[in-house]
Amino acid sequence: MTTIQEQHKIQKEFQSRMDQNELLNCMRCGFCLPTCPTYIESGYQESHSPRGRIALMKAVVDGLIEPDEDFEKSLNMCLGCRACEPVCPSGVNYGHLLEEARDIVHQNKKHSLPVKAVRSTVFEGLFPHQNRMRTLTGLLGVYQRSGMQKVIQKSGLLKFLPDSFATMERVLPEVPSLKELKNRPYHLEPIGVRKKKVSFFTGCLMDTMFMKTNDATMKLLQLAGCEIVIPKTQACCGALHGHSGEKNKAKELAKQNIAAFEEIEADYIITNAGGCGAFLIDYDHLLKDDPQWAERAKSFSNKLKDISSVLVELEFHKKDLSLPAQVITYQDSCHLRNVMKTASEPRTLLQSIDGATYMEMKNADSCCGSAGIYNIVESEMSMKILDSKMKNVKDTQAKTIVTANPGCLLQMKLGIEREGLSEQIRAVHIVDLLLESIE
Amino acid sequence: MIDTKAKQQFIKIVGPENYDDSKTGRLVYSYDATPQFQSMPDAVISPRNKEEISEIVKVCNEYKIPIVPRGSGTNLCAGTCPTEGGVVLLFKHLNRILEIDEENLTITVQPGVITQEVTTAVEAKGLFYPPDPGSMKISTIGGNINENSGGLRGLKYGVTRDYVMGLEAVLANGEIIKTGGKLAKDVAGYDLTRLFVGSEGTLGIITEATLKLIPMPETKETILALYQDLESAAKSVSKIIASKIIPITLEFLDQPTLEAVEAFAKIGLPTDAKAVLLIEQDGPAEIVKRDIARIKEICKEENAVSVKSAESEEEAEALRTARRAALSALARLKPTTILEDATVPRSEIANMVNAIGEIAKKYDLNICTFGHAGDGNLHPTCLTDVRDREEIERVEKAFEEIFKKAIELGGTITGEHGVGVMKAPYLEMKLGAAGIAAMQAIKTGLDPNNIMNPGKMFAKDSRKRVVVSK
Repeated sequence: MTTIQEQHKIQKEFQSRMDQNELLNCMRCGFCLPTCPTYIESGYQESHSPRGRIALMKAVVDGLIEPDEDFEKSLNMCLGCRACEPVCPSGVNYGHLLEEARDIVHQNKKHSLPVKAVRSTVFEGLFPHQNRMRTLTGLLGVYQRSGMQKVIQKSGLLKFLPDSFATMERVLPEVPSLKELKNRPYHLEPIGVRKKKVSFFTGCLMDTMFMKTNDATMKLLQLAGCEIVIPKTQACCGALHGHSGEKNKAKELAKQNIAAFEEIEADYIITNAGGCGAFLIDYDHLLKDDPQWAERAKSFSNKLKDISSVLVELEFHKKDLSLPAQVITYQDSCHLRNVMKTASEPRTLLQSIDGATYMEMKNADSCCGSAGIYNIVESEMSMKILDSKMKNVKDTQAKTIVTANPGCLLQMKLGIEREGLSEQIRAVHIVDLLLESIE
Repeated sequence: MIDTKAKQQFIKIVGPENYDDSKTGRLVYSYDATPQFQSMPDAVISPRNKEEISEIVKVCNEYKIPIVPRGSGTNLCAGTCPTEGGVVLLFKHLNRILEIDEENLTITVQPGVITQEVTTAVEAKGLFYPPDPGSMKISTIGGNINENSGGLRGLKYGVTRDYVMGLEAVLANGEIIKTGGKLAKDVAGYDLTRLFVGSEGTLGIITEATLKLIPMPETKETILALYQDLESAAKSVSKIIASKIIPITLEFLDQPTLEAVEAFAKIGLPTDAKAVLLIEQDGPAEIVKRDIARIKEICKEENAVSVKSAESEEEAEALRTARRAALSALARLKPTTILEDATVPRSEIANMVNAIGEIAKKYDLNICTFGHAGDGNLHPTCLTDVRDREEIERVEKAFEEIFKKAIELGGTITGEHGVGVMKAPYLEMKLGAAGIAAMQAIKTGLDPNNIMNPGKMFAKDSRKRVVVSK
């Protein structure tokens, strides 16, 4: 519940903090509606559309409505996929409005004790500390390898958790051992001619649970002619914090990363997770009002590139790539597409693999429903979106679904599992498939 | 506020899940795509079938509650803004394509079907539904019919009106009527179908529509012609038509629009050109080839500095994108974008565009013009900021002059956006007092209690304004 006092405070902060120009920039043309997954899946409910949410934010600023439970529900239901942005005639930066609105609501709300505990564990205790992420992933490995996973799965304990959570538990990748996790490289030489010097943003989940994908990324960069530096002091990108109303923590992390990467003086900063990339590339916005950091943030953002885009630039797709005959399809990472504007490069790479037949999926550019922790907190809507997505997957007859972000990868695996198709279809990260095709 | 008894009856009709009077629920239906019109409805109702609509209308009639039917809320005349409160009626449950009849070449749909879905469904069968309003990806057929929406293909194929063959509608007294049918010929009584098309929800609630389809044209070709002066472009348009060629598209961009488009889309348009025409022809390959060759000749004869043919579908798409990007490009320049649709006979295009330029200068405003040159439907677009009250007053005066000029040239105040609240004060300019009285007689006859989208079409006061704040 939001108390009346809390509502008053939220309203006041909306008036002082929300970008009035940006709110006014929305001319309510409705061009965003057909691209919004929650608008479509909610049966065309305007309160679950970008236009509706902006109107609600503006109404709170104007004092037409109070920021009540319904208002919050509308904000929470948003995936934050930002598919509304590329189609917006006025170029409204919806993502920034959403982030600010969520931050105001969360900072001014007293969370219940258990919620508070979870939030502080995740946002302060876990993600900012790579060593703790390693330990946790290590524990997960013990859980998987010790046979405990089988015991728990058989025990039926997972039934007490939401459906998606129980399925999620099954689709988690087999994680590396703690020893492997601790033994990470810091500098790698190119294989062949040196073309570029890049620094690599490893990411929290990517360098633990998806460590093999990070290894594949570095291998591809080496093969493409890159010298790679992996700064030791880099931190979590802060996306989880930024999207969940913990903006100050996100800013701290941003500064730590900027400082870590600027000493390298690399040509590019590379990411392999669309979700992290989109937040990293937005550092210039996040720190725009901080005179000490604004310029440094800008040069950080300018150097950021997704792995697929640097591979295309270095003509990796002209190498000999081949796979056994199969149909492959690609599910866009929303943030890679809508924020980092990287959509053609992954397709170019996939289409150049001999033996594989690339089939474009209907609505590949529409969110899969993963959206950070959305598939856990808004499980019902997320599964509706996923089920629609899987229909389109099946229409392509693909054997391999390629993604470019860990959240999307897990969600697609979840979709395959829900459809009972784990024998026929697999989901992979694009770099893993590329490595498979060159080996 | 809705009377408690009426509320109970509404809930009994549609179920509690389809009745919403929460503040959030109402706020998001307090506006449409028209700048600066906002007004809260008292409730939002989503009926599941025509019988429920009939019951709802009866309750509204008994309690004198205004009733505003709303599709996706993309109209540009405040036609679905509930300016007098009451209930907003949604069609999210009435969104099915009922039948595609390949023998009679018709499609029968419920009002909540998205326009694009109709297009896609019929194209899969080699058929064609030509009306393509700018918002077709999300607009509903019900909304298109109520606003009589146009689009880019109006010149050759006409507008929504030309494709509505039959309707089913609930009248203000709750009776359900059927008009027209799958008939090319039907002179049984008044043509109520045409009366309901473009009636903006003021006469009844449309619950089903039968639309005309035509065979899909075989091919299409696209060209772009650039001019150093407006008159040459306008003359090309007149001459193309006078040569008995009716292109499917004949779109026009002026220099300020061109600059904005290039700055936004960066597709290499020469920004020193004073006017651009985007021309397309469709039909059997041989005829398209012949027409396009002749059109190119005409453009060159009329001093086009460049005439470029799209070599591939991708290139054609890029050229179309240039035209479609016009609104996007302009909307980014200032916070408020007022898009108008004054329309003149096509022979008067050059006069109208020049007049708009002079009026913009007179009132010191930034007005860019693009639009459908082939059918005389122009979109003078004013880039402004609603917070600047002094400028907004000048905007209102300028648009009044633009409307006057359009009528003077034999045109109209609105070609495709509708009257709604926004243009109601100007309607008399076009129709005269007797014309308004005739329309009002129809309205009063069908809706004596004035519950059907009240406040639309007929102005309450004579103050003319393009923008109001509520």
